[in-house]
Amino acid sequence: MSSTTNSPTHHTSTIGSIGTPSRRNTELALLVFAVVIPVFAYANVGLAINDELPAGLLGYGLGLGLLAGVGHLAVRKFAPYADPLLLPLATLLNGLGLVAIWRLDQSKLLQQIGQAGGKATNQLIYTALGIALFIAVLVFLKDHRTLQRYTYISMVGALFLLLLPLVPGLGADITYGAKIWIQVGSFTIQPGEFAKIVLAVFFAGYLMVKRDALALASRRFMGLYLPRGRDLGPIIVVWMISILILVFETDLGTSLLFFGMFIIMLYVATERTSWIVFGLLMSAAGAVGVASFEPHVQTRVQAWLDPMHEYLLSRNGSNDGIVHSEQAMQALWAFGSGGTLGTGWGQGHSELIRFAANSDFILATFGEELGLAGVMAILLIYGLIVERGIRTSLAARDPFGKLLAVGLSGAFALQVFVVAGGVMGLIPLTGMTMPFLAYGGSSVIANWALIGILIRISDTARRPAPAPAPNPDAEMTQVVRPS
Amino acid sequence: MSELTLTVMRLGFLAVLWLFVIVAVQVIRSDLFGTRVTQRGSRREAARPQQAQRQQAPPQQRQQSAGGRRGRNAPTKLVVSEGTLTGTTVALQGQTITLGRAHDSTIVLDDDYASSRHARIYPDRDGQWIVEDLGSTNGTYLDRSRLTTPTPIPLGAPIRIGKTVIELRK
Repeated sequence: MSSTTNSPTHHTSTIGSIGTPSRRNTELALLVFAVVIPVFAYANVGLAINDELPAGLLGYGLGLGLLAGVGHLAVRKFAPYADPLLLPLATLLNGLGLVAIWRLDQSKLLQQIGQAGGKATNQLIYTALGIALFIAVLVFLKDHRTLQRYTYISMVGALFLLLLPLVPGLGADITYGAKIWIQVGSFTIQPGEFAKIVLAVFFAGYLMVKRDALALASRRFMGLYLPRGRDLGPIIVVWMISILILVFETDLGTSLLFFGMFIIMLYVATERTSWIVFGLLMSAAGAVGVASFEPHVQTRVQAWLDPMHEYLLSRNGSNDGIVHSEQAMQALWAFGSGGTLGTGWGQGHSELIRFAANSDFILATFGEELGLAGVMAILLIYGLIVERGIRTSLAARDPFGKLLAVGLSGAFALQVFVVAGGVMGLIPLTGMTMPFLAYGGSSVIANWALIGILIRISDTARRPAPAPAPNPDAEMTQVVRPS
Repeated sequence: MSELTLTVMRLGFLAVLWLFVIVAVQVIRSDLFGTRVTQRGSRREAARPQQAQRQQAPPQQRQQSAGGRRGRNAPTKLVVSEGTLTGTTVALQGQTITLGRAHDSTIVLDDDYASSRHARIYPDRDGQWIVEDLGSTNGTYLDRSRLTTPTPIPLGAPIRIGKTVIELRK
């Protein structure tokens, strides 16, 4: 595919395409690396706590390696041109999460209060289910554009998933503040994690059709493009829904995630900064409005502004009838005692966070045992996943794929920000899980599906373009007639 | 477990974790794809030293610099001498030159009597330049005769395609 433009002068240049190698072997090498690191960590935990290599080292290493290998083979078979980094990065995070959960399983304190014991095995089973869903996405989703057909079904599906926890009898009665779980048999499921993906499909399909109207039909006012009233409709609807989630499920994180994802995709679709301004104003207004009358949200804000005060209230008991949380302060102490290089695997005391130490607060364990250096590396790995998602979006050839990839990676980034920011005290704490690291079936399974869709889009985006049509010239060649 | 071992493992783990991040970033660096634009001028300069040391050059490179091996009689450029593109020259560097109205041709002919993919000019194994008609409507003429098979091009012989005439020069 090399062509030379010709002109009477000599400053011509050659345009050739650089081949897009499939990069599957790079992926395999990185994947081996990504399995070895958690095995090392696992051995390290065993040596630090029990002075011996843990008995499950072989089984655990083989289990993770097998899952990663099966995932790799599926990518090799069904998405040969996919991005080489997404699978290893996700595998590494998942493996590190497993190690941290296993490490907290060893804690006597957590075992006593029923927060530990066998959780790592459960998480390994969830990981297997997640990889199975990942493979199913690759096998059955041959082309991500088929999702475009289900734009409005996705909307209904997402709303259904979001409202499930409010259904009486189905919503799980584990009121840790937020009502985001449903109870099916002995399992609890967080439908919000799946709603995230389904909603991204709806936003991508909707914005692809409506983006011209949203971007062009606007008046300019004080340097901002004001959209027409009727185009404001959808953003108001999404805003109302996220406010309703906040009010009825008292879940700040999910509400922020959905609204933020919509704003990101709206901005990407229309290239109008005014949407970001509107979005920030609306979310600020919504959050302040709800916080003024919702006691659960108020406690979270209080714990954010003055964690030590909340800690003392929780310890000494308060008579205002509100459950106070000591976790925010404890998480900060965990980060503090970790310092720059951490205490080392198995040598911290993050089990003192007790409740949710292995789910919402798992980052505090990493902060204590791996220190600033380790947390930075983990945040960079999250950043790389997001970067690959956005790169996929740039490379995608169809607008739906572009919007879907940017929406999914935006949601992923927002979730990491909301959880990490909450645990570190940058923003009020919310009940969400760190993708891949935290204990929880829904989160792991949903995020593997998310990675599966990103890999599918990147495979389509990086596949070499088909050869141009054989005869691009419309006019026919005139025939020379001998005269 | 001794304190020393644990410290070594702790620092070792952080080092390995960071090594992974660095390797991942390196993979991104080597993962660039898209189109590459090479300036013709710099490429020609790069080709010159290659010709000078062609004795040691591996066979693949030697084939590219075949023009140099054939000595003085080898053409170095293709010149359009008649037609709308009169004056256009294309340096001959061992690549195949396609002629026609199609946009991806090396020389895009703006000529109603040329076919989309009219003819191509390429070096054979000995570095001799060959012209071949690609089944064009009006045919390709070397001197006065219509081409039926791939034919070696003598230096300076006019090749006529529609209203365009090209020739190879030193």
